[in-house]
Amino acid sequence: MIQEITILPGRDRNGQAEKFDAITMRAGETISIVGPTGSGKTALITDIELLAQGDTSTGRYLLLNGQVPDEEMRYNPTKKPIAMITQNTKCFTDLSTVDFLTIHARARGISDPSIVRRTIDLANTFTGEMIHPEVKVTVLSGGQTRSLLIADAILIGAAPIILLDEIENAGIFKQEVVRLIQSTGKIVLFVTHDPVIALLTKHRIIMSNGSVQKVIAQNELELRAAQNLLELDQRVGDIREKLRAGHMITHVQLA
Amino acid sequence: MKLLVIAGPPSAGKTALTKQIVKNFQSQLRIAYLKIDVVKAYEDIELKKEFSILTRKVYSGDLCPDHASVMVLGDVIDWAEENKADLLIVESAGLCLRCSPYLNQGLGVVVLSSISGIHTPEKMGAMVSLADVAVVTKIDLVSQAEREVFIQKISEIHPSGIVMETNALQGTSLHRLYNLIVNSEDITPDQLMLKGSPPIGTCTICVGKKEIGWKNHFGVVKRLDGPIADYLYRGE
Repeated sequence: MIQEITILPGRDRNGQAEKFDAITMRAGETISIVGPTGSGKTALITDIELLAQGDTSTGRYLLLNGQVPDEEMRYNPTKKPIAMITQNTKCFTDLSTVDFLTIHARARGISDPSIVRRTIDLANTFTGEMIHPEVKVTVLSGGQTRSLLIADAILIGAAPIILLDEIENAGIFKQEVVRLIQSTGKIVLFVTHDPVIALLTKHRIIMSNGSVQKVIAQNELELRAAQNLLELDQRVGDIREKLRAGHMITHVQLA
Repeated sequence: MKLLVIAGPPSAGKTALTKQIVKNFQSQLRIAYLKIDVVKAYEDIELKKEFSILTRKVYSGDLCPDHASVMVLGDVIDWAEENKADLLIVESAGLCLRCSPYLNQGLGVVVLSSISGIHTPEKMGAMVSLADVAVVTKIDLVSQAEREVFIQKISEIHPSGIVMETNALQGTSLHRLYNLIVNSEDITPDQLMLKGSPPIGTCTICVGKKEIGWKNHFGVVKRLDGPIADYLYRGE
C-alpha cells in the first residue's frame, strides 16, 4: 500500500540544482502545483507519473514509501500506483467508449464487467453532454473526453495517487470532481491556475523556471478565503450553466 | 560487438530514439550506425554531424528493403568489426510490414508511436511479435489511459515482449533500454540468422519490372483467382 510519495530535487532550466531537500506527500493529502505557463508544472507531474529515476529532462528522483520503486511498478500498468489526467482533450484511439474502457480495465487487471458502465455513469455526472457508450472516443468533445478520463482514473485506474493537469480548463463540473476526489483518501496533485483549487489544497508547490521554488502550507486565513471564493465560484458556475443552456441573466441573479 | 536492430513504421521516432541511445553511450562505446532506406535518407549524415560516429547508409532502390538488408547486413558487420565498433546500430526502412529485420542475436527493438491507430500493432505482424523490446514514443501527446490501452494491445500480440514508453525527443525513461543494450551478449557473426522468414525477392516484380500481366514476368506470382502459384511461373 502506498502511504507516501517523495520527490527528490533535480535541476532547473539552467542546470542549477533545485533548492529543496525532499517533498513528501502522504495518503489523504491534496497538493496544488502553481506557477506561470512554462514554469515546469507539467514536467513535475510527468516526473511523478513516470516515477522518474534521474532519467527525465529534470533529473528528479521519486520514492514510494521512502524506497526506490521496483521496475514492475514503473512499467507494468497493472501495478502502476498512479493515474494521471493530462490536458489532452482529444483521443486518437479508434474505439467505442465501451471498447476503450473494456481494454483499459483489462490492462489494469480488473475483471468485473460492470466497471465500464459505472465509469461512463460517473463521467456523465461531470459533464453537461451525456456520453453514449457506443460513441467512438475520437469524436467526444473536449469536456466529454476530460470527464471520461477523470472517471476512468478514479474507477479503472483506481490508483492511490492521482495527478490532474488543469482540470478547470475543460468545461466540466470541477466542484463535483474536486469534492469526489478529495474524499477518497488518495494522494491528489492538481496542476492549476484556479485560485479555488489552489486554496483548497493542503500544500501548494510554487514553480518557476523549471524548478520548485517553495512549498506553502495551507493556513486558517487562506482556508477562510477559499470558502468565500468557493461561494463566488459557485455563483459564477451557476450563471455559466444558465448561459450554456440558453437562458438570460436577470439583475437579481447577479447581485 | 553488440548489435541493436531498430525497426518501425516511418515517423514513429526510430531516429529520435537512436539519437538518445547514441547520446547515452557515445562516451563509453565506439558506435557504428547503418541506415537502410529505399530512395532517400539523411539520418546517417545527421548522426555523423551531431555525434561524430561511424555511419553508413544503403538504398535498396528497386529491391525490397528488407530483402536488401539480408544481403547488406553481412557486409556491414564486417565493416563495423574492421572499424572496431563496440555497438552496431541498424535502423531499418520501416516500410512494408511483411517481414521483420531482427536477428537471432543482439537486441531487436520495434518503435511505435502512441498516436498511431489502435490496430497498428496487430497490422505490423512480425515487426512487433518478433521484437525483443517495443518502445512506445510520443507519450506526451496522449492521455495515460490511452497509452495503457495501446500497451495492452501490444502485450496481447506479443506477451513475452518488453514494452516501454518514452518521449524520445527528451529521452525520458530509457534507463531500462540502456541496461538491456549493455547486458546484451556480443554477437557471433558467422552464426547470425534472421528471426523471421525473409521476404521473397526472386521474381521480376520484386526487382522492379513495371509491366502489367502474366506474359512479362516470371517467378513466384499470384493469379487474380486462386492462391499463390506453387511453381515458378516462367512467362509466356
